[in-house]
Amino acid sequence: MKVLTANRLIDGEAVWYAADGWQETIQGAEVVADKDGEARLEAIGAAAYAANQVLDVAVIDVVLADGVIVPTRLRERIRAAGPTNRNDLGKQARSHAASAAA
Amino acid sequence: MYRYDEFDRDFVHARVAEFADQVDRRLSGRITEDQFRPLRLMNGVYLQLHAYMLRVAIPYGTLSSRQMRMLAHIARTYDKGYGHFTTRQNIQFNWPALSDIPAILADLASVEMHAIQTSGNCIRNVTADHFAGAAADEVADPRPYAEILRQWSSVHPEFSYLPRKFKIAVTGAVRDRAAIQVHDIGLHLKKDADGRLGFAVYVGGGQGRTPIIARKIRDFLPEEHLLSYTTAIMRVYNLHGRRDNKYKARIKILVHETGADEFARQVEAEWAALKDGQLTLPDADIRAIEAYFAPPPLVPRPEGDEAVKLARLDSRSFSEWLQQNVVTHRHPDYAAVTISLKGIGEAPGDATDEQMDAVADLAERYAFDEIRVSHEQNLILPHVARADLKAVYDELVRIGLATANSNLITDIIACPGLDYCALANARSIPVAQEISRRFAALDRQRDIGELKLKISGCINACGHHHVGHIGILGVEKKGAELYQITLGGSGDENTSIGEIIGRGFGPDEITDAIETIVETYLALRSAPSERFIDTYRRLGPQPFKEALYAGEVRAA
Ligand code: SF4
Repeated sequence: MKVLTANRLIDGEAVWYAADGWQETIQGAEVVADKDGEARLEAIGAAAYAANQVLDVAVIDVVLADGVIVPTRLRERIRAAGPTNRNDLGKQARSHAASAAA
Repeated sequence: MYRYDEFDRDFVHARVAEFADQVDRRLSGRITEDQFRPLRLMNGVYLQLHAYMLRVAIPYGTLSSRQMRMLAHIARTYDKGYGHFTTRQNIQFNWPALSDIPAILADLASVEMHAIQTSGNCIRNVTADHFAGAAADEVADPRPYAEILRQWSSVHPEFSYLPRKFKIAVTGAVRDRAAIQVHDIGLHLKKDADGRLGFAVYVGGGQGRTPIIARKIRDFLPEEHLLSYTTAIMRVYNLHGRRDNKYKARIKILVHETGADEFARQVEAEWAALKDGQLTLPDADIRAIEAYFAPPPLVPRPEGDEAVKLARLDSRSFSEWLQQNVVTHRHPDYAAVTISLKGIGEAPGDATDEQMDAVADLAERYAFDEIRVSHEQNLILPHVARADLKAVYDELVRIGLATANSNLITDIIACPGLDYCALANARSIPVAQEISRRFAALDRQRDIGELKLKISGCINACGHHHVGHIGILGVEKKGAELYQITLGGSGDENTSIGEIIGRGFGPDEITDAIETIVETYLALRSAPSERFIDTYRRLGPQPFKEALYAGEVRAA
């Protein structure tokens, strides 16, 4: 299975493609399971790159674990969460901040 | 310290305006990423895993308090409250938005700083001994020459598109603290029999995929010929360096394949046409640059001895810090202080905005306004009166920067690795943190003695693992992190490249492996004064191999 990811042009933020556009977290990203889906994501990525919305576009491997999207490669898991030595930074900081606030 | 002249100021401001316009055009879609990428790289802007990264040049690692405060301001205002000091004596900000970078560069320009030539196939920041101007063992301050090279190499039209990036390091002491033999050009400033200043010139050193120790191609180059001779080297490289293969494009490959003698001959031939021409440095010009680096007024402070003695009696931790992080200054009443950015369990080289501000305050109050960044990712106050050491120490304790581990096993160099870097294969920082925690006890560290442990997250070797007494290289094997250990490397005047000791270790094995190596050394050293590197050089890899892998051999 695969999802489409990139970094946003204006601020470099890691983003993933979902049905309603680019979003800042991997959960909820559009997951495809076949060649056609992959080709479609690639086309969307290429178009977004050409439209100067994103850069470093890549279609990456993921697995679904109880409905949670988990990238296969550590590199992509770190992009999706943030630096492993600082869970107050990156995407993970949002849930961190949310749970700290709760 | 060096101050911008009119030319420098106009040049940097013009570049900020130019890049601001380029960013504007990029954000509005008038230029493509393919067009923009080389432009942003020329201005130090990379894209990493989570965000853009801005690499700011700190020429020869020298900063004033005002500049340090500006770095703190940038960390606080545009980033996430910290910065990362690198093995190139630079600083990297990990989270800037592209849209903020013009404002950051304008802020930097206001304190005579920039990010120009921190990327690309040009001559990068010239690095120098971090104790320059303070070290008791140097013949002269190497930084005026680094500054001359900086001015000459900034947007040098002939050398802006070299086959590959190019790094120059300068030291003014026999004891090499700038690792000059693993640079493209290494310059050792020294005096000849008549007392004239000049350089031993090393060329073709480097780390990365193919680590090679530089070869000395000239034993003494009189100082006035610095630029003509360097130009001759650059021309030979620019002409013959390989452009067809990125991995073979560094000057080290050219020198290696050509042979150092033949390479030197080509340089001399090129130089014959340049020597005594317009690149010859007039003595007045050298002395004028030197004047910028004139030592601060080190007034006698003889009360220091007594003050230090009393403070040591009073505080064991101060005493330990003094022994570990304070080195002899050429003036007996002064000392050079290493501020460790390697707190136990911390990310090597990271400093918060508050810490940067506090170090700036300390430098202003006690250290003639001068701060250095070392290639070992620490900060240095080069000139502190011994009488003020206790006050400096107390403040460092308050801001969490008083770790007494300079040159010990927890004074680890580590690159950002897979936690940030788009090129990484494995993480570096968590490995450094775990080793640091394992060896946290200072008594144990001091018993082990000097031990340089260096970690890179990929073969580019930004963490200098090839020249670590113990080097750790992260690789990716079957989708998992694996750490290869090298032993016996050294980046000083006796430079050596570490040798791979055997199969790699997983993330949960690597700290144990390091401990095994250390315990083996402790059991084998001839005396507590025999350093790890000396024991390794005496005994070779065999006992360490046995300790690490004996069980496997028997099982096989
Ligand atoms: S050594 Fe590799 S992983 Fe580490 S900072 Fe350099 S390029 Fe990145």
